Amino acid sequence: MNMHDLIAKLHPLEREVIPHLALQTLHEITKSAGMKDIEVIRAFQWLENKNVLSIITEKVTLISLDKNGKLYKEHGLPEKIFLSVLSNEFKGLNVITKKSKLSREEVNACIGLLKRQNAIETQKGEFLEVKITKEGTTLLEQTSPEESFLQQDFPINENDVDKSVLKTLSKRKDIIKLEERKNISITLTELGEQLIKEDLGGPVVNRLTSRMLKDGSWKDATFRAYDVEINVPSINRGKTHFVNQAVEYIKRIWLDMGFHEMTGNYVHSAFWDLDVLFVPQDHPAREMQDTYYLHGKAKLPSFWQDIKAVHETGGDTGSTGWGGSYSKDEASKVMLRTHTTVLSAETIRKLKKEDLPAKFFAVNKVFRNEALDWKHLFEFYQVEGIVVDPNANLKHLKGYLTQFYRKMGYSKVRMRPAHFPYTEPSLEVDVYHPVKKQWIELGGAGIFRPEVVKPLLGFDCPVLAWGQGMGRIISEYWKINDIRDLYRNDVKQMREMKQYMR
Amino acid sequence: MPTVTLNKTVFEELVGKTLPLDELKDRISMLGTDLEGIEGDEIEVEIFPNRPDLLSEQGFARAFSSFIGVKTGLRKYDVKKSGETVIVDASVKEVRPYTVCAIVRDMQFDDEKIREIIQVQEKLHTTFCRNRKKSAIGIYPLDKITLPIHFKALPPNEITFQPLESDKEMSGMEILQDHPKGKDFASLLEGKSKWAIFTDVNNEILSLTPIINSHKTGKVNESTKDVFIEFSGFDLTHLKVGLNILTTVFADMGGKIESMDVVYENETITTPNLEPTKKKLDLAYVNKMLGLELSEQEAVELLAKMGFGYENGNVLIPAYRNDILHQADFVEDIAIAYGYENFEEEIPNVATIGKEAPLEIFSRKIREILIGLQLLETKNYHLITKEELNERMNDETDVIPLQNALGEHNHLRNAILPSLLKTLSLNQHHEYPQNLFEIGRTFRPGDSETGVLETEKLAMVTCHATTDFTQMRQLFGSLMQSLGLHVTVKECDHPSYIRGRVGNVYVNDTKIGIIGEMSPSVLENWGLVVPVVAMELNLEMLFELCS
Repeated sequence: MNMHDLIAKLHPLEREVIPHLALQTLHEITKSAGMKDIEVIRAFQWLENKNVLSIITEKVTLISLDKNGKLYKEHGLPEKIFLSVLSNEFKGLNVITKKSKLSREEVNACIGLLKRQNAIETQKGEFLEVKITKEGTTLLEQTSPEESFLQQDFPINENDVDKSVLKTLSKRKDIIKLEERKNISITLTELGEQLIKEDLGGPVVNRLTSRMLKDGSWKDATFRAYDVEINVPSINRGKTHFVNQAVEYIKRIWLDMGFHEMTGNYVHSAFWDLDVLFVPQDHPAREMQDTYYLHGKAKLPSFWQDIKAVHETGGDTGSTGWGGSYSKDEASKVMLRTHTTVLSAETIRKLKKEDLPAKFFAVNKVFRNEALDWKHLFEFYQVEGIVVDPNANLKHLKGYLTQFYRKMGYSKVRMRPAHFPYTEPSLEVDVYHPVKKQWIELGGAGIFRPEVVKPLLGFDCPVLAWGQGMGRIISEYWKINDIRDLYRNDVKQMREMKQYMR
Repeated sequence: MPTVTLNKTVFEELVGKTLPLDELKDRISMLGTDLEGIEGDEIEVEIFPNRPDLLSEQGFARAFSSFIGVKTGLRKYDVKKSGETVIVDASVKEVRPYTVCAIVRDMQFDDEKIREIIQVQEKLHTTFCRNRKKSAIGIYPLDKITLPIHFKALPPNEITFQPLESDKEMSGMEILQDHPKGKDFASLLEGKSKWAIFTDVNNEILSLTPIINSHKTGKVNESTKDVFIEFSGFDLTHLKVGLNILTTVFADMGGKIESMDVVYENETITTPNLEPTKKKLDLAYVNKMLGLELSEQEAVELLAKMGFGYENGNVLIPAYRNDILHQADFVEDIAIAYGYENFEEEIPNVATIGKEAPLEIFSRKIREILIGLQLLETKNYHLITKEELNERMNDETDVIPLQNALGEHNHLRNAILPSLLKTLSLNQHHEYPQNLFEIGRTFRPGDSETGVLETEKLAMVTCHATTDFTQMRQLFGSLMQSLGLHVTVKECDHPSYIRGRVGNVYVNDTKIGIIGEMSPSVLENWGLVVPVVAMELNLEMLFELCS
């Protein structure tokens, strides 16, 4: 930056302080410029950034006068006052005290002190009596080291005083006090030496005011140039939680494809969450360690016996069922939903023939009984969808899911055989990660079994269904490695996080 | 889900073809199993629970060989009648009503084969047998046994034998208390007055089922030629399939299967029966579900790749498959044989109208308004601790516990505010003001199908050195103005808030929430040293008032 630009960009505080910089110390400069400490320090910092000066900070101990110190500086030390009211004759202490206007305590201190210096003699009469000695008279006439100490301009750097006097005065009550202070001074750089010789020109305008606009005075004003390249402190805006930003987008995709949103309860009976989905009652996933159970028993809807028949014998679905005997007790267990597929089941139950074809989706939470760690959450999102369409087939399932993942940024989708009790065929959906060059497993899909559809809908109809995870995609987008960070609610992290830009 | 470890050399010999590694990996995945990894001579595969017949080298190789077209179609297994009997005593009826049994002869056991047998038995036990709860398997060297076999139940104190992995005789109770296997499965016999055992004609105990075999008569080794196999449990159909799965594994190892007559009180059944079952193929249904136009011939070829036979319109289902409940199961197997990768993606040209849930739309609008007021949205778990819901809030409302939570979060939240205070308490090292909101589900006991009522709520907090009631009232006022609602606040008392600085919020005459300055004792409970003003609203009521 050349000198001209440098001068143009000077802040008013900098302009004020520059003529005084030769004084070097903060104290001197502040006094000379008639500014506040804080203003001068800010100007120092800006000027240091501009390479005009460097700031030197040293810790010093400063001496200043305490309550008594200030008093003695003005009226003299008590021992001097005491001596001045004595004479060569013994005088009673009460008379002396009264005349000297010293306190009893001070008088006692003076007697001790002066006796050690042989400046007085005492004798015991009815009262204690005191007279001045020859040494005392000499002492009275001389200026003592303590007196000259007090006459200095305070505060003074501890290093600049007579150490022995300091020590004696420190022992006396409330005369001096010491405080730690940062001593700020500056040295000018070569640029600084040049700058203080420059003509800074007339006053500059820092802020354009309404008044200037009204009275036209802006016309003659010189505006200070800002340093527009400098960083400024950030401000915090209100924002939606980042996971919800992604949820919004995913919902939008399904809405755009003509899907109807499903919502519903988090707490369900095992009947709705598992039995109507033809999950056998002794399926390992129903064990305590995978599912959160609540206390109490749920009421079952009136068609529960149809489901019992389907499990035991296949009912009227053309299936053999699982065999064994179906337990109403097992069905009545209350639990947190393990998948949003329970919403699909509820939805199908409400559909009528004339509603078809119909498509539904949900992007919502499901629960799995896990202890939290970096790759396990006990509640997480599932992207659920069903297509209830008499003409639907497996190719359509591949079509819908491929379309969805394309919009999520994955162009290659693969399907592998899998197994779920409620779908047949069942498939696992993988997307190809173009950077990691590997397939990522994202969730299950399939066509609901007739054992699921018929009891709920009243007739058999192909129902394409999927339940996809989204945790991995979201984590991937924000480069989150520890999955707990999704719901840590760290205010700083949330404030700094970039917006979901799909 | 269970995994099996396959010996690659054994596997390839059984399959009858060696595939390049990449192709092997790909084909394993596309068969409907999940390849976990291949390391040296070991292939680890995850088997889905509908295919217990794949839980062995032999079963897996059998399916794989068909799938890649080496040995397709139905496998025939010969079963010779042995005429030997197993006598089921009426005493087992209450305890363990069924068993099915078989003899396999001419086995040539070596270390590898013994490993394979142990693996399949163990895998079937954990999955198909549901950790022995549903059924259990026993395999015994025939030369140590004198036929016929008896299956009966005795009181525990009458059972004494030397179990496997023990050097002395133990009583039934001792086995359950001290033997490692006994301890693992003791719960299965809990509360039963009689336990089921197999004995031979000399009353020698073969095993205490489903716990452990006898050391003397229940240990297969390299010198064993012929074995006695039993499956026992509660569901005869299930047991028969189990026995079929197991005996076909032995047969694939070179053994010769012989049936046994299991004599029950009222009937005698001969097991195993390895004849296929028949089911009509509904080709139109298959084609409709898959969007294909397969001819009968093509479908039959695809079925053959999955190990099925075909005869006069009927599919012949191997006796070891128990997963064909419906035509839908043929649909899947035909799809797998066709190759999932060969289905083209297609989006049908059918118009349906997208529709967002109304409350979701409303929540989204509320979010937009609150963001405009510079609030930051949080998203906490629905699970939290009772202490955080009650003690820390100075609140005694009933909250809903979970029965079996693994982590410390073992209650359902009844309000959002505790979640927000928790967030504030964890963020004290970050810059203030911290003005937050959250929309989410809350739970309380009530009259419903499950005994739980769920409500969407909205809570907001402002937290900084100079926040006060007025600030929250202003934010709230602005929100309500945006919704076109007129609200009134009526002073109330609430233990979570400062007295005289808290009120219920009404729209018309409906109470929709509460607003107030948090009590210092609540802040202290949360370890907070900055004032907090809060409000919580019933979002569903608000939605109704707006619509």
